[in-house]
Amino acid sequence: MAQVEEPGPEATDRELTMSRAMVEAIATEMREDEEVFVMGEDVADYGGIFDSTEGLLEEFGYDRIMDVPISETSFIGAGVGAAMQGMRPIVELMFADFFGVAMDQIYNNMAKNAYMSGGSVSVPMVLMTAVGGTYNDAAQHSQTLYGTFAHLPGMKVVVPSTAYDAKGLMHAAIRDDDPVVYMFHKRLMGLAWMPAPEGPKTGVPEDDYEIPFGEADVKREGDDVTVVTLGLHVHRALEAAANLADDGIETEVIDLRTLVPLDTETVLESVRKTGNLVVVDEDYHSYGVSGELIARATEGALDDLEAVSRVTMPDTPIPYARPLENEVLPDADDIAAAIRSVGE
Amino acid sequence: MVGDNTLQRMYEEMVTARHYEERLQEEYLEGKQPAFDISAGPIPGELHLAAGHEASAAGVCAHLRDDDTVTAPHRPHHVAISKGVDLERMTAEIFGRETGLSKGKGGHMHLYDPDVNFACSGIIAQGVPPAVGAALAAKKRNTDDVAVAFLGEGAIDQGAFLESLNLAGVHDLPVVFVVEDNDWAISMPKERVTDVADGSQRADGFDVHRERVDVDDAVAIYEAAGEAVGRARDGNGPTVLEVQVHRRMGHFMGDPEAYRPDEDVELARERDSIERMEGHLEEHGFTGDDIAEIRERAHERVEEAIEWAKDQPQPDPEEAYEDVFTDELENWPERRDRELAAADGGEE
Ligand SMILES: Cc1ncc(C[n+]2csc(CCOP(=O)(O)OP(=O)(O)O)c2C)c(N)n1
Repeated sequence: MAQVEEPGPEATDRELTMSRAMVEAIATEMREDEEVFVMGEDVADYGGIFDSTEGLLEEFGYDRIMDVPISETSFIGAGVGAAMQGMRPIVELMFADFFGVAMDQIYNNMAKNAYMSGGSVSVPMVLMTAVGGTYNDAAQHSQTLYGTFAHLPGMKVVVPSTAYDAKGLMHAAIRDDDPVVYMFHKRLMGLAWMPAPEGPKTGVPEDDYEIPFGEADVKREGDDVTVVTLGLHVHRALEAAANLADDGIETEVIDLRTLVPLDTETVLESVRKTGNLVVVDEDYHSYGVSGELIARATEGALDDLEAVSRVTMPDTPIPYARPLENEVLPDADDIAAAIRSVGE
Repeated sequence: MVGDNTLQRMYEEMVTARHYEERLQEEYLEGKQPAFDISAGPIPGELHLAAGHEASAAGVCAHLRDDDTVTAPHRPHHVAISKGVDLERMTAEIFGRETGLSKGKGGHMHLYDPDVNFACSGIIAQGVPPAVGAALAAKKRNTDDVAVAFLGEGAIDQGAFLESLNLAGVHDLPVVFVVEDNDWAISMPKERVTDVADGSQRADGFDVHRERVDVDDAVAIYEAAGEAVGRARDGNGPTVLEVQVHRRMGHFMGDPEAYRPDEDVELARERDSIERMEGHLEEHGFTGDDIAEIRERAHERVEEAIEWAKDQPQPDPEEAYEDVFTDELENWPERRDRELAAADGGEE
């Protein structure tokens, strides 16, 4: 389990939404280091479509909170170039779904320059982007794509599920000398127009602190079934676990928090204890996070494994109409069914 | 010169589009008030309305036939209406119903009507290359149909547009790029993201024809578009046609537009292209009654489409797994019941 030395979310009465926590970390880093700046569409006056930069313009002005043309190839690539000069850009790709128009800058430059240079250059940049469905915005605006970014080597990938983690992971991301993709779920941000579930709004210390990458968080302990997940589905898994507890099924829920690096050890420890693994991922089913976790569990704890299951987005584009999106998007009932199926 | 019938048709399309969107707005806000929750109410997802853009679609599409291709961006309704997309099935799609154009899978940013060669994309400027592809097909097959790509002034900073201009230019393809300049890209005013006020100038770098219509006057747009479409149909290559339009609403429904100066909102409302069209109609001898009759007909058509759409059934959840491919692949996509069955030991 993670050993966070900093005071945890319990240590303060001050509760923040996830977006406020992210913005607080960005502002603190910007105050401390002139080289940190933000670039993206609608990050200035609008404050980010999902409030990821809300309020920063007032303090830092247009030079450091830069609205840019709708030219993702150019501004994400420019982020790479500025980072190679030693600056610390935070670049927003409004929706992860839009990566396609700029993927070359992301996976061939941002992610590979350090390696291709034999380590002589680094790219200390944060690419932050919104992920996830649940609001019927259809196939081009609802994807999660954790697997795509984590699959391609050279970028660290972080996925907060609470305000406390969002702040600590953002501090760590900005200070990191490598490119970090920071994927936040819209439904967790605390937006007025997209109510969050219980859970992401947590205590957040005013002082800065880092959540180290590669340390999963055991959100709930249990002996029967291990559920490994991230982002929005941490909260859905906790809901399922709470419901099953009434029936005597004790579920352990692990929030991965970062996909690269991945805390395999925490997952293995849990699987050795429970023998049953359910992976829940809002990303597509095939060739992704769920397959990777099951592979790691198999490699590391084959003898202890009795059953595995995964609850994912099926391999279909995400449909628009509510009954269709509800069908494909994993919810707490789907997770509970999977837990029951392996726990029997 | 625009003839009476064309003028009347353009006006009818414009008032249809305006009223349609007023009605969509009402329906959209149902269940989302007093607190706006994007996932509540009868219309799912985001909704981008085109109020203030109608003159552009009416003026351009007046020159198009069903076999001409149009691609629209995330703000598509006015273009769809002028291109002749089935209004009832489009409405059913926007309400997410089974009989919608895409069986409820696409939604308002992703409308497809192959009967009139209409498609859209919600990713900025990404409908442009497919329009070039339609033009390429026309040229290769030696037909005289043309393609028109609609995009916003914010979208012309996107590589896909600039690359398309070059490809269309070098192959003299029959395509018209219609840039709808409403001065805003969500919260970003044009001058914050480009030094070029006349976006059609992008064409110069590719030696492609260009034209800008500075006022959202459907008749002026009709005339400029006539030349551009004619040039394409006659085999004389592409044109960039930029037209000044106005955004009368927030970027999407629920956008409070806190970033936008009040004067700008006022200006957009004052310059009403629909009133301007009424002036044209009067000059052509249409009476107030004629105009009222056209409006009424348009309103009725809209009401009927909305009533029909709201009566349509919701899609069957199982339908979510269909249409990924034209043929059904064995075990693809993964269905959740299969996943659970597999965990149970493989029985379905
Ligand atoms: C590649 C990509 N980047 C960003 C967006 C988000 N987005 C949707 S509409 C829009 C503004 C478009 O402005 P403009 O092209 O001027 O059209 P308008 O909305 O004004 O009609 C943006 C940035 C997107 N859909 N796709």
